[in-house]
Amino acid sequence: MFSMFGIAFVTPWLLLGLVLLPILWLLLRAVPPAPLRRIFPPVILLLGLKDDDSQSDKTPWWLMLLRIAAVAALIVGFAGPVLNPQPQDGRDAPLLILFDASWASARDWESRIERAEAALDSATQPPRPVAVVLLSDLANGPLQFQAADSWRKRLAGLQPRPWMPDPEKVTRWTRNLDGRFDTLWLSDGLDRPGRRELASALQDAGELRVVESAFPVFGIRPPVLEDGAFVLSAIRPQAANPAEIELEAIGLDPAGNETVLARAPLRFESGDRESETRLSVPAEIRNRITRFSIEGLRSAGAVSLTGDGLKRREIALVSGQSDREGLVLLAPTHYLEQALVPNADLIEGTLGDILLANPDVIVLADVARLSPAESKDIQNWVEKGGLLLRFAGPKLAASDVSRGQEDPLMPVRLRAGGRMIGGAMSWGEPKALRPFAQESPFFGLDIPADVTVSAQVLAEPDPELSRRVIAALADGTPLVTRKRIGQGQVVLFHVTANAEWSTLPLSGLFVQMLERLSVSGASGAPKVDELAGTVWVPTKVLDGFGDLHEARGLAGVPGEVLAAKPLSAALPPGVYQGQDRVVVRNVVEPATELSLADWPAFVTIEGLSTAREKQLKGYFLSAALVFLGLDMLASLWLSGLLLGAAPARQGKAAVVLLLGALALHPDPARAQNDELALEATTQTVLAHVLTGNRQVDETAQAGLRGLSDVLFARTSVEPANPIGVDLEQDELAFFPFLYWPVTPDQPQPSAAAYAKLNRYLRTGGMIMFDTRDADIAGYGPNSPNGRKLQQLAFSLDIPPLEPVPDDHVLTRTFYLLQDFPGRHASREVWVEAAQVDAEQIEGMPFRNLNDNVTPVIIGGNDWAAAWAVTDMGAPMFPVGRGSAGERQREIAYRFGVNLIMYVLTGNYKSDQVHVPALLERLGQ
Amino acid sequence: MNTAAFNRGHAEDLASGLPALLADAEHLAATVLLGVHGRRRAGMGDEFWQHRPSAPGDSARMIDWRRSARSDVQFVQEKEWQAAQSISIWPDASTSMGFSSDPKLPEKLDRARLLALAAAILLIRGGERVALAGTGERPRQGEAQLDRLAAAIALQKDAADYGTPQMSDLPKQSRALLLSDFLGDLGAITSALSSAAERGVKGVLVQILDPQEEGYPFDGRTIFENPGGTLAFETLKAKGLRARYLERLAQRKTALAELARNTGWQFMCHHTDAPVQTALLWIYGALEKRR
Repeated sequence: MFSMFGIAFVTPWLLLGLVLLPILWLLLRAVPPAPLRRIFPPVILLLGLKDDDSQSDKTPWWLMLLRIAAVAALIVGFAGPVLNPQPQDGRDAPLLILFDASWASARDWESRIERAEAALDSATQPPRPVAVVLLSDLANGPLQFQAADSWRKRLAGLQPRPWMPDPEKVTRWTRNLDGRFDTLWLSDGLDRPGRRELASALQDAGELRVVESAFPVFGIRPPVLEDGAFVLSAIRPQAANPAEIELEAIGLDPAGNETVLARAPLRFESGDRESETRLSVPAEIRNRITRFSIEGLRSAGAVSLTGDGLKRREIALVSGQSDREGLVLLAPTHYLEQALVPNADLIEGTLGDILLANPDVIVLADVARLSPAESKDIQNWVEKGGLLLRFAGPKLAASDVSRGQEDPLMPVRLRAGGRMIGGAMSWGEPKALRPFAQESPFFGLDIPADVTVSAQVLAEPDPELSRRVIAALADGTPLVTRKRIGQGQVVLFHVTANAEWSTLPLSGLFVQMLERLSVSGASGAPKVDELAGTVWVPTKVLDGFGDLHEARGLAGVPGEVLAAKPLSAALPPGVYQGQDRVVVRNVVEPATELSLADWPAFVTIEGLSTAREKQLKGYFLSAALVFLGLDMLASLWLSGLLLGAAPARQGKAAVVLLLGALALHPDPARAQNDELALEATTQTVLAHVLTGNRQVDETAQAGLRGLSDVLFARTSVEPANPIGVDLEQDELAFFPFLYWPVTPDQPQPSAAAYAKLNRYLRTGGMIMFDTRDADIAGYGPNSPNGRKLQQLAFSLDIPPLEPVPDDHVLTRTFYLLQDFPGRHASREVWVEAAQVDAEQIEGMPFRNLNDNVTPVIIGGNDWAAAWAVTDMGAPMFPVGRGSAGERQREIAYRFGVNLIMYVLTGNYKSDQVHVPALLERLGQ
Repeated sequence: MNTAAFNRGHAEDLASGLPALLADAEHLAATVLLGVHGRRRAGMGDEFWQHRPSAPGDSARMIDWRRSARSDVQFVQEKEWQAAQSISIWPDASTSMGFSSDPKLPEKLDRARLLALAAAILLIRGGERVALAGTGERPRQGEAQLDRLAAAIALQKDAADYGTPQMSDLPKQSRALLLSDFLGDLGAITSALSSAAERGVKGVLVQILDPQEEGYPFDGRTIFENPGGTLAFETLKAKGLRARYLERLAQRKTALAELARNTGWQFMCHHTDAPVQTALLWIYGALEKRR
């Protein structure tokens, strides 16, 4: 490939065409632009005139330049220019592309993949077999060399792992390498054991090139709580330059969305490999923090999950005895307070106030009786995940709580009285504790020998009892029992919270037990022996980029592995859920140190920046096209066609120029919609549903027009001309009222239209269905219109209906009416049924129906026909016979007025203020 | 192709514009108020001129007995002399007239025909005898002549590139209305007008030009052709010729005006984008003045 200035050409000989350009220049120069033929009668006057200067017949130099440039771009374009051609190194040994693929390479993973793609590109010519290996996810067996193309697709799927390569595995893999191949090692730049050996082994196998990124690596250590503030520390492998990063505390905001709750800048001075800062946040926010991360750095190492350990639990202490002032050491909650204060926020107050604060734990120290309301509230709170911790005491022992029947807030039934052991008046010795059973949350805790129990309340033997005991005395009597309610639990210590009944509150065991119960957060990482024998299920795991994912299909992890083993595919970093606790594993642990890789001298180290081959052919050809287009415009302009020509031609030119702008034209349908919206909202407008039957639609239109006229004349409602509404296209929200004449052949509205209709009904719209057949059929599916109405209304959200009751508001919104005739005078008009509990008060003419406007009115009286007027204002259809018919029409209008008043004012007329006046009028 | 059928179709095509032209012309003519057009002396005519005492030699039939009964003297009623003028109208129908620079503007020929017919209507309503020059028809009076004129004007055709006035068959002492762009040979026009003036024919020259012909809004390399396609002129820079063209056009107008003045005619230049009423009024006034 012929190359020059970083640009190479696929077919360089085509460039010889550029030699032709000067010739082209001369040719183009000699040929003037094509003449324009014009009809011009006074040509006779022109005959004999001579042009002034002979220069103007030549094409202007800039137009020539444009054309030359176009041709040059064409020639260069077809010569196939390539930017940054990859030099052919001519090596044909197999190529191994080796990724560290640890979390430290996630920060610039895309560039790594690009670099690998570039390597694959260059491995196609000449074809070399390629193997791609991730050190952090080593497969067993020999290297799999394949064609470069088959790797290309799989490259995009490669992901960095959120852990470091396992040195042991790497060493084993190094030992198994054989054969000759070249290596491209995309390193994360961190030093780790076995790296040197691997480099030597690869160098022995062939050429080794190492690619390192200049992008800095940072890791965030798990934050530590100290005096109510977070101590955040971050590490980096290089110490050369000062750097500044921003740490973010991420958690849920009150609305439940993940957001950045707090920020803290962190500065590395030159020479620092580690730096720390303090971040103080309110307890409320602190408890919502789920993780810390380094802003703008996509890497699992830049994320540190906070487990339960950082949460400050809110614990409410309620004690039954508050009358013994001064005796602090005897206070039932003194030892609890001492145990809890370092790690929790304590709340004190009455139960009612405490529940409002929604604490994590409520401690009831010797509280026997709870009021039924309190009991119910606490039960609800426990069911939502609260932990109710009760301590026994004299009061509880003396009360009859949970005696015969288990109290809902007690784990077990209690035997009356309790027992005293080892006192002056008893035989036995104070009892020690039995070692904790394996199911117990306290399993594994050391029991100090001096913990003895001298008094306790006793649990009634019960089939459930053995399962509820989580700690027992040496003689087997339950000491701590537990019951789960919903998501929460109730725990009862059968002794007091002070040292009256036992020495337990004086021992360190007490604190540990509280920790195990998640009463107080455990500080620091879980210990191996603490977790031994337990199984932890990952709930959320980090990927290499530091994103949290739901853990699906991952196996549980034994506690000892979780506590001690390095992270691996079987133990990804993330959140692990145990029985009562949550433990997190982070990528960067408190002891993690990062250091830069120190490569042997023989290794070639390259930067990550890839200069990918770029085909420029398309750009050149586009440029040529643009030049030619410009040339066309310029030629038009020169020959006077573009500007100053006859208007018609100018128009055509404008059309050509504006073709592209056509897409910007406003949508006529939308404009139409806006028009409808304006029409419908600037004034009150009655509307009817277009059925597709022209006669029915016209009648509905005329009917609503007649009704609008009557409203205009008699009331302060002044509607504009009615509008026909297409259910499929038009917005319904503008109309307070829809008249829907039912025809047997109208199309069923679409699902979208039904959704619109239901929304309309729910938001206060009213539809009046008119089957228009009351003369021949009653209400029901006995006529075609009735059947159609059933079909139409099937998908509508229509409440239960009843025939209009005598005291319906519709009968008195404007006129006092009892009949609702249209062209037909059927009495059967249906509206939403009144509430069942609506009762007529003695002496009142109406029931109190002050709720809800019916969303539908269904009848068959063909009201529109009775209301309909011609353009002249004369009635369109005859109603009844003679003056009786005219009376019926008048009543129909009055019903229409009542109806629209009802639609517009709702149940205002049902208001009691009007009752006296209405009563008076009714009396006449 | 069937020539007769073609001619027929063509004629119908042309004639279809005729009522419209006639209507346009009538409409236009209606805007001009007809003035008194008597000869202001006694003579043959319909209008009353004066009573004079009868003189010997007046036949008894001539005596206005109704007037005479009011006095002792016998009066003779004299009428105003209303000798009709012969007016020949010549709208130039040569190919150069069939041009319009803009679809919105009428062709020069259309404008000439409209003006010709409107003037004819006015004149015939005024009792004059009107004929289309160059057809050999004698000038005649009456509404019927109007229809004939309209038909003749619509069918009039001239294959020449530029029209030359046809003045040979004009009656002596008659009037003429020449509507043309007068772009043709100036010598021919001069000789035609001179011979007409020798025979006492006076009249009006109306030069009808398209605004483009007046403005010359051209630029760039252009080949100008006349509508007949017989003449062509190529320029590489049309704009450069503008001043010289306008000068030549002005010369032509001056020459025509000069010619008119020398022969006792009147000359005006009318553009197709100008209001046609103005032109008609001017024509009518010019013809009236010389009557």
